[in-house]
Amino acid sequence: MIDFPILTLTTFLPLIGALAILLIRGDEAVVARNARATALWTSLATFVVSIFLWVGFDNSTADFQFVEKVAWIPSFGLNYHMGVDGISVFFVILSTFLTPICILASWESIQHRVKEYMIAFLVLETLMVGMFCALDFILFYIFFEAVLIPMFLIIGIWGGGRRVYAAFKFFLYTLTGSVLMLIAILVIYFEAETTDIPTLLKTMLDPRTQLWLWLAFFASFAVKVPMWPVHTWLPDAHVEAPTAGSVILAGVLLKMGAYGFLRFSVPMLPYATDFFTPLIYTLSIIAIIYTSLVALAQEDMKKLIAYSSVAHMGFVTLGIFSLTFQGVQGAVVQMISHGVVSGALFLCVGVIYDRIHTREISRYGGLVERMPKYAIVFMVFMLASVGMPGTSGFVGEFLILVGVFQDNTWVAALATTGIILGAAYMLYLYRRVVFGKLEKEDLKSILDLNPREIAIFVPLIIVTLWMGIWPAPFLEVMDASIANLIEQHKTALSALQSVNLPGK
Amino acid sequence: MYALAIFLPLIGAILAGFGGRWLHDRGSQIVTCVCMLASAAIACVILAEVALGGAPRTIELFSWINSGTFEVNWTLRFDTLTAVMVFVVTVVSSMVHVYSVGYMSHDPHIPRFMAYLGFFTFFMLMLVTADNLLQMFFGWEGVGLCSYLLIGFWYDKPEANSAAIKAFVVNRVGDFGFALGIMGVFLLFNSISFETIFAAAPDKAQATIHFLGYEMHAMTTLCILLFIGAMGKSAQLGLHTWLPDAMEGPTPVSALIHAATMVTAGVFMVARLSPLFEHAPSALMMVTIVGATTALFAATVALCQTDIKRVIAYSTCSQLGYMFFACGVSAYSAGIFHLTTHAFFKALLFLGAGSVIHAMSSEQDMRKMGGIWKLIPVTYTLMWIGSLALAGIPFFAGYYSKDIIIEAAFGAHSGVGIYAFWMGIVAAILTAFYSWRLIIMTFHGESRADEKTLAHVHESPKVMLIPLLVLAAGAIFAGWLGYEYFVGHDMKAFWGDSIYVLPGTDPIAAAHHVPGWVKLLPIIVAVVGIIGAYYAYMMNKDLPGKVANRFQGIYRFLLNKWYFDELYDFLFVRPSQRLGRALWKDGDGAVIDGLGPDGVASAARYIAERVARMQSGFVYHYAFAMLIGVAGIVTWYLFTRAG
Repeated sequence: MIDFPILTLTTFLPLIGALAILLIRGDEAVVARNARATALWTSLATFVVSIFLWVGFDNSTADFQFVEKVAWIPSFGLNYHMGVDGISVFFVILSTFLTPICILASWESIQHRVKEYMIAFLVLETLMVGMFCALDFILFYIFFEAVLIPMFLIIGIWGGGRRVYAAFKFFLYTLTGSVLMLIAILVIYFEAETTDIPTLLKTMLDPRTQLWLWLAFFASFAVKVPMWPVHTWLPDAHVEAPTAGSVILAGVLLKMGAYGFLRFSVPMLPYATDFFTPLIYTLSIIAIIYTSLVALAQEDMKKLIAYSSVAHMGFVTLGIFSLTFQGVQGAVVQMISHGVVSGALFLCVGVIYDRIHTREISRYGGLVERMPKYAIVFMVFMLASVGMPGTSGFVGEFLILVGVFQDNTWVAALATTGIILGAAYMLYLYRRVVFGKLEKEDLKSILDLNPREIAIFVPLIIVTLWMGIWPAPFLEVMDASIANLIEQHKTALSALQSVNLPGK
Repeated sequence: MYALAIFLPLIGAILAGFGGRWLHDRGSQIVTCVCMLASAAIACVILAEVALGGAPRTIELFSWINSGTFEVNWTLRFDTLTAVMVFVVTVVSSMVHVYSVGYMSHDPHIPRFMAYLGFFTFFMLMLVTADNLLQMFFGWEGVGLCSYLLIGFWYDKPEANSAAIKAFVVNRVGDFGFALGIMGVFLLFNSISFETIFAAAPDKAQATIHFLGYEMHAMTTLCILLFIGAMGKSAQLGLHTWLPDAMEGPTPVSALIHAATMVTAGVFMVARLSPLFEHAPSALMMVTIVGATTALFAATVALCQTDIKRVIAYSTCSQLGYMFFACGVSAYSAGIFHLTTHAFFKALLFLGAGSVIHAMSSEQDMRKMGGIWKLIPVTYTLMWIGSLALAGIPFFAGYYSKDIIIEAAFGAHSGVGIYAFWMGIVAAILTAFYSWRLIIMTFHGESRADEKTLAHVHESPKVMLIPLLVLAAGAIFAGWLGYEYFVGHDMKAFWGDSIYVLPGTDPIAAAHHVPGWVKLLPIIVAVVGIIGAYYAYMMNKDLPGKVANRFQGIYRFLLNKWYFDELYDFLFVRPSQRLGRALWKDGDGAVIDGLGPDGVASAARYIAERVARMQSGFVYHYAFAMLIGVAGIVTWYLFTRAG
């Protein structure tokens, strides 16, 4: 099993599907139908393959597993090096889990350039999975950057009215950060003479260099998370993106930043991490409170959920930088949970957008009358977003707060206000859309969820409740990796403190 | 079997909620009622075995959150405190289930309603059987959710929607404290399971915790945080504003959730955590003061309300205050005793009020009632029983439990105890007064209803009256049946280890040894209150109006509920909305985007246009620019070499 290149298969299977779609010829309707089917089956197959990662995962070790290493550009010492640990394995599965759902969600709403759309999604999947598996810095960087291209196209081509503005804003924001990261990677390469991630995780860099490197990484990752104040691309991108684009954006792309912090900033730059923790705390707290208040004032459903994403990701960064076991584990759980829940919330918006073609909250009201099933589904995800115990949202959020509380009670107390504001804006949204009198003419004939839509939501509901009620299968897998991460961070810090530090 | 008592309501709710289409109205009513009655029957067995038989036990289900040293399992804990709560919850809930069959018979959404009730009961049972703080929080939030859903049950009523959101959000403010309390407990004890923290509490009695930049006494800090949660759920002063508004929900809901069970969760929490609170005397003082103040505050507001349900809602708030100050003076068992008797008589009063509303074609304003006692005699009698129990007239349930609380407050011989004692006495007069004001305005005098309503007044069907009779039996007998067990001779054996009081102190014994006048005073003031109400509303009908006119200011102040809603609206609701909009438009829009992406973009375009103009096409322009460049480079080269 270990010898089988399962990561490569998971990564490149979608690409093969994309090539197959490329070869489809014929009448436009036929092409569209075949493209959809091919994309769906490919992504489902990929998901099944990725499940073996979880099944075959060895919980007892923090090492990278399913490792593949082939020389790539030997003259620079670059390798095609893939592997997952207890943290990244879930992001791989999250990506492969959400992609078929996205394709199913686009089944009817995407009617032009279906072939290209499906190709873009499959390529996107390859790049996302590759990014989470990459164990070579350059390889990682390529995947990390290349993800932007299909996403840029998805927003720019199949997006809404202001799609071009949003696509460029998204692209430029994220690219600016990434350029700095590239420089940082080059510096590391010249300092440590390798780009191999497992080796670098054991390398100690000079503390002063760490500070600069940390800032360069921060520029890239903070935009992706997104942290306040570089979050403003997100509401625009979400609003203009097609539903499935929003799902992937919120579900996976936002996780890339936090994953970066967890994989690189924290273990490779322990001194700088420690040094900059107050900055992260401050920005995260601002993100939680500021964006929650902004969400309260929104009139566009997608914007509201986009702002709530910023608040939720604020919890994630808090958890990571608390560097307590519960905090980090909570952050990972929160990321998976947010991936599922916010994705589902965007799908909920998509359902009614497909019917009425507006995202304006005031155009709705009283939907429960005509759409009881929809009301239940929306309720479940609304509650998960609010952090109701018994849903995935609670486990992550609460563990983060428990972790942060051990480090800094002020930060924990301020972050906890987020649970009040979160309840306020989500319930207010739900009330305006689902409850109330059904008065608007065009809503009086609106149809409830069809079987395809139910098929989309059922797996998402199952995961949300499963993680909320019995999260053990998730937590066990990541235990060793997180313990190792924190242990290493502590040892590194004490090693640094024993040698006399310049400037501290 | 014990677990079955907890999960039967859930099963019923799932069947009714998701199978409503196949079960239809009748089927979902039968399924949920049968599940609930079976659960209540098991609860009786549990009460007999665990409390009377003295055999507490815990049932491990499976692991929940297991993160490093943060280990939480799904566990059901059955000790006397739990058994009493399970009994109260299931009995009242099953009565409310049956009552709802009649009350909601004209509603188009019966399966949904029954499912919500079942879900609520399940969460409430999870709350009281919790073996750790987090599972308690699970039940805590779950009942909050069901309360939200049930208050907003009639979703096309805007007031119901607002009330539902208000209830949830205000409760979340309390949860803020509760959640921080849990985190703090974990930090201090490295565990949140009751067994562990209770065992370790005496060792940590003097520990300090670093909280918000200060070094504070750990137990006091944690208990105050947890108590903030209790204040939210139990609608204590400051966080009470949601409870009266919650009356927008259907009346059976008000009886079950907002009188008998959910709102008492805070009292239960303090009693459950007595091993912690006992080591935090300052926190207990706070509990006493908040409880006593709420008891009086809510009673004053109840005097002026005209909506029959709101009067009872404020009365609930006030009675919860009694329970809290009982806990505050360490008389936890008295608090839980009052909780039990109150569950019966307050549910009775609410369901009785529901019966009146049902009879009056959904009229809730007492100013439009009156003179109907002959038309609905059974309801009338039941309301009397409920009110007698509430006022604490001898040998009704409330007499036993309320008296022991007032005596315990006096017996505590502390400053706050005496404060609570006098607050309790004054509130007792007011309680009797507003209860009979309610009875007289509703049932006596000239009828103020219109012809059509009056012609339609009818006694409720049997399915509604039978539950009322069961609750009335509780309101009459629960007091003397329970007295010896809860606060009398059999107390030690009954409670076992489920409630902890510091060794060497015995607040209940102190309560039994207070002077005679302290024992008599509550009865005297209750009678005075009743007579006062008769005088003001039967004999001398102009008096209330005159008093209201004479003391305009006070009347307005009470009528508007001490202006809490207006104050909160001004302090929190409006500013956060305004701030949200400002941060969005000015913060995100003008500042971040203006200086960030949009600003950079327009600056880039501006520069690009300028630069583009330089491309004039004339060779000498380019040559000149090149020359400047060369000059610059040479200069720089020379300078650096020289340096």
